[in-house]
Amino acid sequence: RKMATLSVCQPQLGGFSFENCKRNAVLEAEVTKLGCNVPSARKTGTTICGVVFKDGIVLGADTRATEGMIVADKNCSKIHYISPNIYCCGAGTAADTEMTTQIISSNLELHSLSTSRLPRVATANRMLKQMLFRYQGHIGAALVLGGVDCNGPHLYSIYPHGSTDKLPYVTMGSGSLAAMAVFEDRYKQDMEEEDAKRLVRDAIAAGIFNDLGSGSNIDLCVITKGRVDYLRPHDMANKKGVRTGNYKYKQGTTGVLTKSVIKLDLEVVEETVQTMDTS
Amino acid sequence: MPLSQLKDSVPVTGMGPQVGAYGVQDTLRSGFSSVKNELLPSHALELSEKNFQLNQDKMNFSNLRNIQGLHAPLKLQMEYRAARQIQRLPFLQSSHLALDTLKGNDESISFEDILNDPAQSEMMGEPHIMVEYKLGMM
Repeated sequence: RKMATLSVCQPQLGGFSFENCKRNAVLEAEVTKLGCNVPSARKTGTTICGVVFKDGIVLGADTRATEGMIVADKNCSKIHYISPNIYCCGAGTAADTEMTTQIISSNLELHSLSTSRLPRVATANRMLKQMLFRYQGHIGAALVLGGVDCNGPHLYSIYPHGSTDKLPYVTMGSGSLAAMAVFEDRYKQDMEEEDAKRLVRDAIAAGIFNDLGSGSNIDLCVITKGRVDYLRPHDMANKKGVRTGNYKYKQGTTGVLTKSVIKLDLEVVEETVQTMDTS
Repeated sequence: MPLSQLKDSVPVTGMGPQVGAYGVQDTLRSGFSSVKNELLPSHALELSEKNFQLNQDKMNFSNLRNIQGLHAPLKLQMEYRAARQIQRLPFLQSSHLALDTLKGNDESISFEDILNDPAQSEMMGEPHIMVEYKLGMM
């Protein structure tokens, strides 16, 4: 109502529109009075983690997306592309992480075209934290950002309100405590690539088996200088079982006692020809 | 120290009553008034998003003034004012190419470009009233 009259005088702006917030609040109150629930956003109650090893970064993620108590996606991809040398795992609201990483990826591409250099992880980190702080945590995206640039491998964890940490190993999501327990026990500086991959795989597996919000397969992404291995799936931790019994009857199971064939006499009453338009 | 006396503070606009020419509620142009709708923002981010660009510009200009002197923001603001005039009539979609290039918006993508694109809006502004508003005849 108020916005309709404003649009009469001034041109429309893009971006977020808060027109329906009051209406939504009223609707939510009415619905809870009736005892039903408002539809909830799809979350990725997740285990994501990253580790710095000798030559680069290993990022890992599970592949389950939940909607309340239901598994919405058994094999969703949580490791998002930011730039050829930078990848980002996302936990929290699935749409928020997807859109945020896509926007930052576009901005980083424009920036790198403008500077004609390979983008740095610190740039992506700063762009992400400034955007998340601007929206004061309403964008529910918890991210693990990792990549290799001209200064070496870097790993950041970014929280929905905009704070970041630069660390050698990070975990995020609902299964982060299980994964962090594995890291705290077995992390060593300057590991080899195979050791790092095994460590991340075990950390994500700990999250999958001990947290309801994480499950299905384990995805890994190994980033080194000049090479990215996107292993999807790296390990299928929860394979769906195969049915052992078959309930279909074989041909000839039922014996035939008698057989009689009755021919139906049909006479042609009317014959019309319709031409098809084949032009 | 009261907020409005702090240097370079942007006053919070948009949430007060819509007063018209004679100091009363202008029902014809702004619709019926409702205290609840006008005093409280409908979302925590509504005010901060409305003034975000203003605040950023103010901060950047004041930094520029402190570093390079008064001439720098003055020159830039003059260029912005000139570039802002390159547009079609208010009810039509203008590209604002010169203004975007000056502000650096041609090298970044944000929610303003993705959500609620004014070019795809289902409602068009009323042409006569928008032109009158722009020319200050209203």
